[in-house]
Amino acid sequence: MRRIAGLTCIALLALGACSRGDNPDALFDGGDRQIEDQFGTVLGPDGQPIAPSSRQFFDEVIGDRVFFAVDEHQLSQAATAVLDQQASWLLANAAGTITIEGHADEQGTRDYNIALSNRRAAAVRDYLVTRGIPDRQLTIVPFGKERPVEICSAEACYSKNRRAVTVLAPGAGA
Amino acid sequence: MRRLFGALVLALSLAVSALAQQQPLRITITDGVREPIPFAAPAFVPESPAAARIAADITQVLAADLSNSGLFREIPAANHIGQITSFDAPVRFADWRPLEARFLVVGSVAVREDAQLIVRFRLWDVDAGVELGTGQQFAGEPRIWRRMAHRIADIAYERLTGERGYFNSRIAFVAEEGPKGQRRKRLAVMDQDGANLSYLTGDETLLLAPRWSPDNRKILYTSYATGRPEVRELDLVSGNERSLTALGQVSFAPRYSPDGRRVVLSANEGGNTDIYIVDPATGARTRLTRALSIETAPSFSPDSAQIVFESDRSGSQQLYVMPSNGGEGTRISQGEGRYGTPVWSPTGDLIAFTKILNGRFHIGVMRPDGSGERLLTGSFLEEAPSWAPNGRVITFFRETQGESGAPQIWSVDVSGRSLRQLPTPGFASDPAWSAILE
Repeated sequence: MRRIAGLTCIALLALGACSRGDNPDALFDGGDRQIEDQFGTVLGPDGQPIAPSSRQFFDEVIGDRVFFAVDEHQLSQAATAVLDQQASWLLANAAGTITIEGHADEQGTRDYNIALSNRRAAAVRDYLVTRGIPDRQLTIVPFGKERPVEICSAEACYSKNRRAVTVLAPGAGA
Repeated sequence: MRRLFGALVLALSLAVSALAQQQPLRITITDGVREPIPFAAPAFVPESPAAARIAADITQVLAADLSNSGLFREIPAANHIGQITSFDAPVRFADWRPLEARFLVVGSVAVREDAQLIVRFRLWDVDAGVELGTGQQFAGEPRIWRRMAHRIADIAYERLTGERGYFNSRIAFVAEEGPKGQRRKRLAVMDQDGANLSYLTGDETLLLAPRWSPDNRKILYTSYATGRPEVRELDLVSGNERSLTALGQVSFAPRYSPDGRRVVLSANEGGNTDIYIVDPATGARTRLTRALSIETAPSFSPDSAQIVFESDRSGSQQLYVMPSNGGEGTRISQGEGRYGTPVWSPTGDLIAFTKILNGRFHIGVMRPDGSGERLLTGSFLEEAPSWAPNGRVITFFRETQGESGAPQIWSVDVSGRSLRQLPTPGFASDPAWSAILE
């Protein structure tokens, strides 16, 4: 049994280092079984297993977000690895309407950042569609620089704010 | 002469004093004013005890307007030598020359039997010992005393600078509260000097960037009330509000056409942002740009013939001008760095913008052909210029750095001088200057 502190895993996933899947396409046909095969049993900070079909598993173990370079909307390899796992989970856990929120860091003008964060959200949406998630299930919302998760004025924070977050419908996940 | 606001009745011309033809006092704003011109505004003469308080208040408001322009500096009453005790008595210039006052604003306030205020004023050139222009008289409800004070300041400013005044105007903005990651925002509006603040919305949903209609009766803004950004038009008279784009369509960055009948805005189709014109009356929409790049922040020229906007089609944010029925557009920004948020001045001679260069933000102006670029201010983060109705002053917001970073509204004149923070009760961003109040 593998024991991963949930929060540590989030950080690692963000760097694409927590995934053991060498071939993301292998996940394409999806299913919790394969997700479980990939991750083993994951324990949360409370020592209890995190059910692979749970929202917590999606948000924290797979990771609900991908990150972007400055003024970019191209998906990095690390980002597509996360999105492959997101797609597998979403296919296995038919999750209702899924909202992709796009965000930018504060180093840009408000209007431009809304357009840029829209591109980021659309890049994620388009990728998930290629992985089999129906287009009609996905909606995108650009937030520009309005909702930073980290509030320092330095790259350490900016890099976490340049993100697209896959938000499950309320009630989705077991 | 232009009609004044509502109940205010303009202006019997008072005694026409001989206008000196020799070198009237004249300030040129575009040259910049290194040293503000000293002036005196002795308390307006109350013509009855009942008018004393309001006479003092009117004097204080108009003197503050003139000082806040950065062009003029009020000589404090404590330093005055003489007093003005009668509006009609000859001015003793010998009392004011030793103070180096260059001009003098003299006035009186009476309360008529029907409770209307009667305000009179004259502007004197102290060095030449002559009146600048002719005296004027206003009558109006006591409740509009601030407007009367601003109007007097506008007239003084016009006579001294040759530019139109801008003090009788309002500023809409986004009032912000709460921590940086969880800002709560609501629409607010205040007089340009910070008085008469009121809030137009609650803070339940995120909202952005108010824009006035040319008649000051409506405000466009971007609301997240439906969960995604959407341009709305708020009617300030009726309080009604409507969406300008189809349900579910992401739209933002709106501005009215100069006649107020059309709205130019950005809308998204998939991942792409383009510029559209919307007719608020019918909802009809015309697409102006068709590119895979980001096209946003459109602003009409005052003659409606052209639209300036920003695009990253060259690989970075730059400014372009296109015909107002659409087209490729001609790039006008030529310097280093990225350019955004262009806005055409009401006088048509300049375009204000935000420039991002080497990690710093600047507010600047250039001519509509891109020549004559000048940066007026610079800081860690500032953007969203909006023109005062006279096209000679710009308001914008500036945000401080770091975890406690927060925005405040500032103004600066086109010479880059007279930089000043405007008074707001809390954090404030996205200022929009109204047209002159009627």
